[in-house]
Amino acid sequence: MSVDIKTVERIAELAKLQFNNEAKEKIQADMNKMLDFVGKLNELDTEGVEPLIYMLDEPQRLRKDEVNGQVTQQEALKNAPDKDSDYIKVPKVIKQ
Amino acid sequence: MKKYSKLTDIQNDLKNKTITLPQLVEDYLKNIDQTKDFNIFLEVFDEEAKSKAQEIQQKIESGNAGKLAGMVIAIKDNICYKNHKVSASSKILENFESLFSATAVERLLKEDAIIIGRTNCDEFAMGSSNENSYFGAVKNPVNPEYVPGGSSGGSAAAVAANTCLAALGSDTGGSIRQPASFCGVVGLKPTYGRISRHGLIAYASSFDQIGPLTQSVEDAALITQVIAGMDEYDTTCSSKPVDNYTESINKPEKKYKITYFKSYIEKEGLDPEIKEHLLNTIENLKAQGHIVETSDFPYLDYVVPTYYVLTTAEASSNLARYDGIHFGYRSPNAHDLESTYVLSRSEGFGDEVKRRIMLGTYVLSAGYYDAYYAKGQKVRRILKQETERILSEYDFILLPTTPGTAFKIGEQIDDPIKMYLEDIFTVQANLTGVPAISLPTGKHSNGLPFGIQIMSKHFAENELFAFANTFNINA
Repeated sequence: MSVDIKTVERIAELAKLQFNNEAKEKIQADMNKMLDFVGKLNELDTEGVEPLIYMLDEPQRLRKDEVNGQVTQQEALKNAPDKDSDYIKVPKVIKQ
Repeated sequence: MKKYSKLTDIQNDLKNKTITLPQLVEDYLKNIDQTKDFNIFLEVFDEEAKSKAQEIQQKIESGNAGKLAGMVIAIKDNICYKNHKVSASSKILENFESLFSATAVERLLKEDAIIIGRTNCDEFAMGSSNENSYFGAVKNPVNPEYVPGGSSGGSAAAVAANTCLAALGSDTGGSIRQPASFCGVVGLKPTYGRISRHGLIAYASSFDQIGPLTQSVEDAALITQVIAGMDEYDTTCSSKPVDNYTESINKPEKKYKITYFKSYIEKEGLDPEIKEHLLNTIENLKAQGHIVETSDFPYLDYVVPTYYVLTTAEASSNLARYDGIHFGYRSPNAHDLESTYVLSRSEGFGDEVKRRIMLGTYVLSAGYYDAYYAKGQKVRRILKQETERILSEYDFILLPTTPGTAFKIGEQIDDPIKMYLEDIFTVQANLTGVPAISLPTGKHSNGLPFGIQIMSKHFAENELFAFANTFNINA
């Protein structure tokens, strides 16, 4: 299975990443190398094997659905790259 | 300054008043200053460490100090410490300040450890050489032309350069043990679920574990004991009680049943001196009365591919949160919402991170999910079952930590696959969840250190520390 430039572009769109043409070719080559490398897994027969999803043998604990440990508004705004005193600012979404 | 390799020695000297804690902190700060060129620390919490030292010295004098009083420790820059910067060595989090502390950090502080600074690492813990940091490569204190390993390269170098007694790192595929091997220190990847991941910046959540880098097995045991155990903020953290590791390492030595894999020893690319050292270690263990036998594990060539499918998939999902909106870097070139996401991420992440996000997105995408991601999860189950089967017959598996000693800075950076194979002997423990420790027992004729690795059963840290403590280490 080989990745073409169109696929690189589609995956980049899904991942919200952007590459210039040169970087696109480099990432294509890298992805193909990596896919070749991980293609090795096809040698193993996994017929009837259940995928391993949870690493712990213990049952999942659920916590009570209580409101706690919330951050204050000031804390929530602390690391925002653009903000005023109350809100995180984003570029305009609605077109006129 | 006197070089300490374990906390009990420091605590004795504090008790005898041969040293004071403020003096000890000054000495470590001096060492940090003298090793600045190695680029180990991204930030030193000097003033804070000094005032903490005064405070804890008082406590020591009044006899109410915590278990870790006297311990000066560094934390990897992907572990949160309230009101301190944490960047995962990435531009995208360059000025981010954590709103809370990781559970591991909380527990260290509660026992009066002093956190002296945050250490450089590969960006988002992705790398095996510490060359993927936005803040530049770290130099190996043993020989500054060489890498310290990664991704916890700064943490390993910090301990090796005697800038602190111990450090916390995180290990997703070998990120504690490989740098421990390259820098000549002890490094432990605990059982998955032994230590809370709350406050550890996520890379691959079903693999990541926080663990200690130290100069002695004793300190690794003590730190693990303090930070391990159930945490309501991490549902993947086990509720199993934590054993008294520090007590068990001093118990009389038991005779163990140990195995090693012939296929690992015969692996092409394994340095002949590391191989010889391992074989000598095996002979020594036999001479001490342990049973050491070979067994078959025919999956060595599959571990790294499985690791890369699953960790890149998890990474692509975990790193989706960096969008330039709520926190972190926002591109000044963005003009609408979409370009805010795309440009902030494209300018904020480094090449290796983007490479892994791309592969991870690909293996999770419609049409490829079953062929790669689900396949990887199935192979992971086979690897786990096989490893567990072997560990039901043996107490420990003995193996190299790394195929070679540290390489030169810049030497492998252009070959991702070769870099990934650095982890060939370490990823098995992360894929299967078992604990593994790297002990600095080897010294290569090229002058560089290397480690040997011991894996044990899930949650058998107790035995692992006890056995590891019987080795002569050169830290």
